[in-house]
Amino acid sequence: MRQLCKGNVAVVKAAILAGCRAYYGYPITPASEIAEAAALYFPQVGGTFIQAESEVAAINMVYGAAAAGVRVMSGSSGPGLSLMQEGMSYLAGSELPCVIVDVMRGGPGLGNIAPEQSDYFAMVKGGGHGNYRNIVLAPASVQEMAEHTMLAFDLADKYRNPAVILTDGFVGQMMEPLELEDNEIQPPDKPWAVKGTPETRANLLSSIYLETDELEEHQRRMEAKYMRAQEAEPRCELCHTEDAEVLLVGYGIVSRVLLSTVEALRKEGVKAGLFRPITLWPYPSKALVETASKVQKVLVVELSNGQMVEDVRLALNGKVPVEFYGRVGGNVPSVTELQQQVLTRMALAV
Amino acid sequence: MANESVIGVMDPEVKSEASPEVDPKVNNDGYEQVHSKSPVFYDLYERKSELKHQTHYCPGCGHGVVHKLIAEALQDLGLQDKTIFVSPVGCSVFAYYYFDVGNVQSAHGRAPAAATGVKRSCPDKIVIAYQGDGDLAAIGTAEIVHAANRGEKITVFFVNNGIYGMTGGQMAPTTLVGQKSTTSPWGRRPSNEGFPLHMAELLATLEAPAYIERVALSDNKNIMKARRAIRKALEIQRDGAGFSFVEILSPCPTIWGKDPVEARRWVLEKMTPTFPLNVFRDRRPEMPAGNEKENVPPQRPVADVLGIIPKQGAHDNSKPKHAHHFRDVKIKIAGLGGQGVLLLGQLLIEMGMREGLEVSWLPSYGPEMRSGSAHCHVCLSKERIGSPLISHPDVLVAMNEYSLRKFAHEVVSGGIILYNGASIPADFTAPEVQVVGIPAAEIADKLGSTKAANIVMMGALLEETECLAPGTALSVLEDKVKKLDLLEIDRKALTAGRLFIDEQAHIGAVSQPDGFA
Repeated sequence: MRQLCKGNVAVVKAAILAGCRAYYGYPITPASEIAEAAALYFPQVGGTFIQAESEVAAINMVYGAAAAGVRVMSGSSGPGLSLMQEGMSYLAGSELPCVIVDVMRGGPGLGNIAPEQSDYFAMVKGGGHGNYRNIVLAPASVQEMAEHTMLAFDLADKYRNPAVILTDGFVGQMMEPLELEDNEIQPPDKPWAVKGTPETRANLLSSIYLETDELEEHQRRMEAKYMRAQEAEPRCELCHTEDAEVLLVGYGIVSRVLLSTVEALRKEGVKAGLFRPITLWPYPSKALVETASKVQKVLVVELSNGQMVEDVRLALNGKVPVEFYGRVGGNVPSVTELQQQVLTRMALAV
Repeated sequence: MANESVIGVMDPEVKSEASPEVDPKVNNDGYEQVHSKSPVFYDLYERKSELKHQTHYCPGCGHGVVHKLIAEALQDLGLQDKTIFVSPVGCSVFAYYYFDVGNVQSAHGRAPAAATGVKRSCPDKIVIAYQGDGDLAAIGTAEIVHAANRGEKITVFFVNNGIYGMTGGQMAPTTLVGQKSTTSPWGRRPSNEGFPLHMAELLATLEAPAYIERVALSDNKNIMKARRAIRKALEIQRDGAGFSFVEILSPCPTIWGKDPVEARRWVLEKMTPTFPLNVFRDRRPEMPAGNEKENVPPQRPVADVLGIIPKQGAHDNSKPKHAHHFRDVKIKIAGLGGQGVLLLGQLLIEMGMREGLEVSWLPSYGPEMRSGSAHCHVCLSKERIGSPLISHPDVLVAMNEYSLRKFAHEVVSGGIILYNGASIPADFTAPEVQVVGIPAAEIADKLGSTKAANIVMMGALLEETECLAPGTALSVLEDKVKKLDLLEIDRKALTAGRLFIDEQAHIGAVSQPDGFA
């Protein structure tokens, strides 16, 4: 049965189905519905909801709960995520799984509450200190907000690492039909956790490795798991790419506008295709190279001044011309605007 | 441990608490063993890289004493297996070298937050946050105050030696007035650095904490008091009585530049006048009568809470029911907050969903949302919806003149504008767009509530575009409008909106230029 649901609420409903029973957060527009839904639903299913005194405290509560071996999450937007970076570095360093949602808004600083995609660097490249990665998923619909949340919990546990749902104010605030299966997941047992039991008494969760060789070994181990993730986890969606001459690349809400743009362009006889990364880390570079090998031009569109485009350029390594079009400040390009961008650039290409 | 000899004194109270059959403190020869090491400590400190038989603490350091007091208390209370120790940054960050319990290391100052996460996940376990003064009273001030204020059922041991030990003697929030440190080289000046922070007193202003005491490791008598306080704090947690906090004034001979005996004396003579020893709180927090019980919401099955299982008699929306001639429609609804703009959009997508369509609803964003204006984008489609943002709507529902003027130019050629007003403003033109004025507010007012104007507009929209069936509209209203009197008004409003369009069409026909009906 389909139900109408906001993207931000879908995250919470899916988290409960994923066996998550712990939410620690702090309100911020446009992510507050996540905390509000968690406050409403979690206590009704035996879960914990705490509104922390700050995002700093919230992420450290997440740290504690993750150390105790439960599935745990938090949600916020840019300014809150900035405050969480310390904790996320510690979570990655102590190899603790959790799910963090970033409903991106305009920045830098206070910016505004309209959608942007300007936290890409912070989330995908790792905004805290030290060598680590976040697993990053980019949903583009309410249904995906739910599905990616469930996937994020699995990936976080699989790699013992924070997983981020990187979305924006549009996907968070919009309502669409949501279909959830009545199938609650039993979270995996975590023998490494500290649970206050005789079996887990010897366990230590820490990111301190005083000796240089020890810390290097720890980081090599983390690197090895990141390499495994890079092999196994990249995900993307292709639309109308079989015969595409121009490939449009965008994630999240932008990919929705791009899909409409591709369809509009095709009506005008322009062979356009869409490449939508679903995992931003690990980036679906192999699939991108394969898809882009047949096109004349790649146009990356973001609600930023050019962040993901760097990963596209790294992947394509000069083999295909990569152009960029970005809107910022909360403005979202219209289909007509993007059509125009493509047509102008294609004309120049000829 | 560096300080075993300091507390190798048997407290009469402890004997009575120890097991009567086998007293581990009495050795085979029947002599009292005063230099025993608690089994809560590892035999050998394997997690250390070298000197695994001794601690990293300096001779005369208070941490060794506090560790021993905690270990013995955990042992005597039988809590070793249940205990989780959270150690943040400071000299005690390596507590996990020594304590044979579950260990979590946390970021600087964040132990009370991390301990909150642990305790809420394992409510029947013993969770200890062990913090120094820089950690607790400077960088972690917010975390300790709020953990205490929530009444987290954890125990915090706060080792206050008035200085940053680990980083080499910088000023702490608890550094005494006039006390020199590497970052207060002329002595702490209140005019520049403020006064020492009294954490026990500060936390005692809160309602939730169950137990707050300040003790000192200045002499054997005070160490015995510290021993009792530590024990009591853990017992309070064991009994689920609330937040317990013990501030321990502790010597740091190395950084203070004193020998261990001098340092102990300094604790008594210099620190206790600023930080008086006292029990600041010893009672269970008082909850307003019946409050705790009322605040636990009723537990319900997950599928029920998440709305997965349809309510009895609910509409089955799994199969498409839309008319086969349905064409995709993009609707923008705009007006003032309070005019039901966002709600009208939500009702339309609910109807669309029930008719098996793909639907999306996107509220307005930006400064106008805060200035009282609101608008939303509604897409109804047979296919997967691309952009949920509408640049060029097929239909604009303008609930006020401002919205009419602001968004009319966006409407597609051949599109429709439905305007909430009896007449279109005289100077308004919209070429290639059909503009229909509907006195929705007046109609709704006559029906009993101006608030139903959005439903009048919905009726007009359905009649004008035929995008959704009026029957679906009725069933959605019946499900969503809980108050019966309002539902009745909404029903009439829906019909009135539809009738108005019918009559308009009739009038329109009469006014054909050729004069024929």
